Amino acid sequence: MKVNRWTLLALQIGVAIVLLTVWHLLTTVPVNGKKLLDPFFFSTPIDVLARVWKDFYTGTIWRHLGITLLETVLAFVTGAAGGILFGFVFARGELIAAVFDPYIKAANALPRVVLAPIFALWFGLGIWSKVALGFTLVFFIVFFNVYQGVRDVSPTILANARMLGMNERQLLRHVYWPAALTWTFSSLHTSVGFALVGAVVGEYLGSAAGLGYKIQEAESVFDVTGVFSGMLILAVFVIVIDTIVTAVENRLLVWRPGTQSTTAQG
Amino acid sequence: MGRPLLADAARAEPPAAPAAVALRGVSIAFLLDKGGTYEAVAKTDLVVAPGEFVAIVGPTGCGKSTLLNVAAGLISPSTGKAEVFDTALSGLNGEAGYLFQQDALMPWKTALDNVAVALEPQGVPRRQALDRAREWLDRVGLSTFADRYPHMLSGGQKKRVALAQVLIRDPRILLMDEPFGPLDAQTRQIMGNLLLDLWAQNRKAVLFVTHDLEEAISLADRVVVMSAGPAAVIVGDYPVALERPRDIAEIRTEPRFHEIHKAIWGKLRGEVQKAYALGEGRRP
Repeated sequence: MKVNRWTLLALQIGVAIVLLTVWHLLTTVPVNGKKLLDPFFFSTPIDVLARVWKDFYTGTIWRHLGITLLETVLAFVTGAAGGILFGFVFARGELIAAVFDPYIKAANALPRVVLAPIFALWFGLGIWSKVALGFTLVFFIVFFNVYQGVRDVSPTILANARMLGMNERQLLRHVYWPAALTWTFSSLHTSVGFALVGAVVGEYLGSAAGLGYKIQEAESVFDVTGVFSGMLILAVFVIVIDTIVTAVENRLLVWRPGTQSTTAQG
Repeated sequence: MGRPLLADAARAEPPAAPAAVALRGVSIAFLLDKGGTYEAVAKTDLVVAPGEFVAIVGPTGCGKSTLLNVAAGLISPSTGKAEVFDTALSGLNGEAGYLFQQDALMPWKTALDNVAVALEPQGVPRRQALDRAREWLDRVGLSTFADRYPHMLSGGQKKRVALAQVLIRDPRILLMDEPFGPLDAQTRQIMGNLLLDLWAQNRKAVLFVTHDLEEAISLADRVVVMSAGPAAVIVGDYPVALERPRDIAEIRTEPRFHEIHKAIWGKLRGEVQKAYALGEGRRP
């Protein structure tokens, strides 16, 4: 299926307009003297957009966005660094991997939300408890990918590199490291997403700033408009981050099949 | 199948220099998962003189690649030993370049970087390595493809890069494991001629494994025939007295080529049939 880019965009905007219109009609137009959806519980699209505008116009939102972004970035960077390091060590040391295998699986199976209150106790209500929560999410994704990536290096590529005379350090630099990075980047969307989830959930469960806090604060006073506007800002925020990740990925993985269409024949 | 070697005719003049590669009484056995061992290659002797181009042919799965891997030091033999220029081989064969059948290029490096990185173990400074890599890409006819990644190259182009990667180190021995196997017939001929050209400029000892007898004859000075596995041995050793320089496509039409082909095929056919009877001689 091949659709013109602009047609596609028009259709995508069309879906949003339809949904917003239905929402608007249901919450504002009375049928038999009664609105089908009570604006107190469902707000209205115009109110939500007005609130978003106000948040940006008065500038109150920037601080919250900045904090959430900072937490996301810190969680991603520390989680990815830890995952790469441990992924390498485990992939190269079979005994370590075998010994720790059940513990890694158990730790990964644990729902991370239950850790949030513990982290709040340990690291306080500032950004670090959120970074810790995001870390536990990102770490395992990157860890498993790097572990797999290093172990799955093609035996032929490895044998070839050895026959070229490479020592362990050169193998690490030219073979294992790029292989591990590939897998890290292929999980980039997932891990950045989880870093953000960690940050927002952490804020939601206890903090004084951030998008999660904004939403939680609005909920506590039955401010449905505030909840929806917070969710809308969060959604746009996620799309922006995801677009950046895609750009970074395309830049770094040019060598991968499918990223470019120039394939020679003959 | 312990028939004697027919190698004497190939070495009319005694080699003055030490053999580039000498496999002496080499046998290779693998441990099986279900217990016991599988003997892939039984006691085998094979000597390659410096500058000599030797091809090994044999039925699929007969252990010819296994023998090559012993010469490379990738596998250690169960009995016997491998010698490289009169020194017993332990660990990888540092004198040898190895051209694999499968893709062995690093997919995350451009053609140029793949070739240049081969010089890093020798401590060549990067800028100099890049210059030499460009020269080599030029020699294999890929100067305009330097910035391409392997997935953007065709099968034949990848083999050219791999050839440049191996030869830039100027190894004294070249080991090739059905290197042109995955290529189409025309590309194989082009690659064969390229290989002969490069080899003529700087004669290395070559051990070339293939299942294609015509390819073996058109390239090599000597063709060695291996029996069907298990416990494969060398059952024939034939000199190829064809003039050089050769053109792979043209040499196949010469009467002398047909005589040699007929003589070797007489031996090889029986082994191929045995291999088929054994289920293509694959390991259990």
